[in-house]
Amino acid sequence: MEQQADPALMMSFLDTSAWGFGIALWVAVGLYLAAWLFRHAVILGSRFDDDGAIARAMPDILTLVGYAIGSLFVLYSIFWLAGAFIDITVWTWFGKYFGQILNGISITLQMLAFSLVVGFLLAVPVGLVQVTGPWPLAWLAKGFCTVIRGTPLLLQLYMLYYGLGSLFQSYPEIRQSFLWPILREGYYYGFLALTLSVAGYEGEIMRGALLAVPKGEIEAARAFGMSPFTVVRRVWLPRAIRTVLPTLGGEVISQLKSTPVVSTVTVFDLFGVATKIRQETYRVYEPLLLAALIYFILTLIITRIIARIEAQVPQKR
Amino acid sequence: MGQAYDLLMLWGGNLLVGAVNTILISLCAYSLGFVLGLSGAVGKLSGGPIVRGILLVYTTLVRSLPELLLIVILFYLGTQTLNAVLGQYGITVTINGFVAASVVLGIVSGAYQTEVLRGAIQAIPVGQIEAAKAYGMSPWLSFRRIVLPAMLPHAIPGMSNLWLNITKDSALVGVVGYAELTLQTRQAAGGTKWYFTFYLASMALYLMISLVSMWLFRRLEDRVRVGQAKA
Repeated sequence: MEQQADPALMMSFLDTSAWGFGIALWVAVGLYLAAWLFRHAVILGSRFDDDGAIARAMPDILTLVGYAIGSLFVLYSIFWLAGAFIDITVWTWFGKYFGQILNGISITLQMLAFSLVVGFLLAVPVGLVQVTGPWPLAWLAKGFCTVIRGTPLLLQLYMLYYGLGSLFQSYPEIRQSFLWPILREGYYYGFLALTLSVAGYEGEIMRGALLAVPKGEIEAARAFGMSPFTVVRRVWLPRAIRTVLPTLGGEVISQLKSTPVVSTVTVFDLFGVATKIRQETYRVYEPLLLAALIYFILTLIITRIIARIEAQVPQKR
Repeated sequence: MGQAYDLLMLWGGNLLVGAVNTILISLCAYSLGFVLGLSGAVGKLSGGPIVRGILLVYTTLVRSLPELLLIVILFYLGTQTLNAVLGQYGITVTINGFVAASVVLGIVSGAYQTEVLRGAIQAIPVGQIEAAKAYGMSPWLSFRRIVLPAMLPHAIPGMSNLWLNITKDSALVGVVGYAELTLQTRQAAGGTKWYFTFYLASMALYLMISLVSMWLFRRLEDRVRVGQAKA
């Protein structure tokens, strides 16, 4: 499946471009040495420098020359690296796959958003029954969280996709039903696995958060005559969510970073599209680098959004 | 049920080999990550602008990209660069899947460990480090005697999480073809068509790894917290 990078191309770039780099290095070092010698020559010749003003100024000049050469050198390296990058990478496939890449981004974001929303809706009861529920439910929720958090997401996904998938396939009634096109799609299994993962991780977070709400506040709510459901809805849950908002924000990012696993069950999310481009164009790195850039930008944007939401919620005192 | 039992007996060896591989890869990667993380944390706290800049790029990039993507990029980049460089000297090597997987996971974990350890070092009251300096301890001695023991209680919860993450992330190196537990399970399940049996068995193995690790880390935490108030 993987294609070797063209070794001849890599060699030629190592051979020729390294010269320019080496020359620049030696010129920079030479200039710096010359400046150093010049300073010492001036200090040695201080008999011409009656009050020592030139000698005192020289170290600053040396530093300046050093910084100037250093920054030139850094700039040159950046240009050199960029040039080498453009020389040895091929981006001609970009136009052809542009639409698919956009589609991949959209699927990644769908996976993220849906799994977060549905997962969180599941996480609240999972956390709640662990704190106040009857013991069989609490025990079940605890077990669920432990299994989800203790096993790899990839394995859970395989279990759902291959395990459940083959189970469904073995029943002709299901295979002939209208649900079959849905039950065959990797997309829904990916979505289910991601959702359960959110429910498990955030269920555990919510359990801690619900426990952290001061007892007095809940008792006060009860004393006001609120029904248990109202207590949860008006007091307990809002207080709990407020305390764990930063943690939940972190979970959003780690969830974004988990989404590429769905590409292993034939979903063409961003990573899946990158893999497909690699297989069709035989370019080993470029699609991955593009995907990395897009994921990086997505992370930045989502971090900004979360920071903005957090800033709007008053901090716990 | 009988058949499932027979199949488990037949393929169980593969699963156990996979589980051992998972543990070994995780251990190697975690150790490498610890070396990177400790150097990274020290570099971030007391390095010059260039070192800090490089470390900032390293931790930011690695921590904002999906692990699967990083593993695939580093896997191919690492093996091919090594081959290209060694190829210049006429050496051809086939890179050991175990080493490649450990190094790749270690580099990923190192970025996270850098941040955990940096936070832990910063949580040490600055007076303790100043006191060590005032006693005339060399930087290395004060690091070994003061910083390391004082930071451990702060570091262990985070480091424990990272260990659990690495055992789970090691499942992803199966995607690039290394036969750790998840890939072994997939092959066993695909070969026999007894999907649930093998996936459940494998989940139990992962769960055992996680639970035993959690227990060990809790004991370790109790140990390094001797003489401190319980959190």
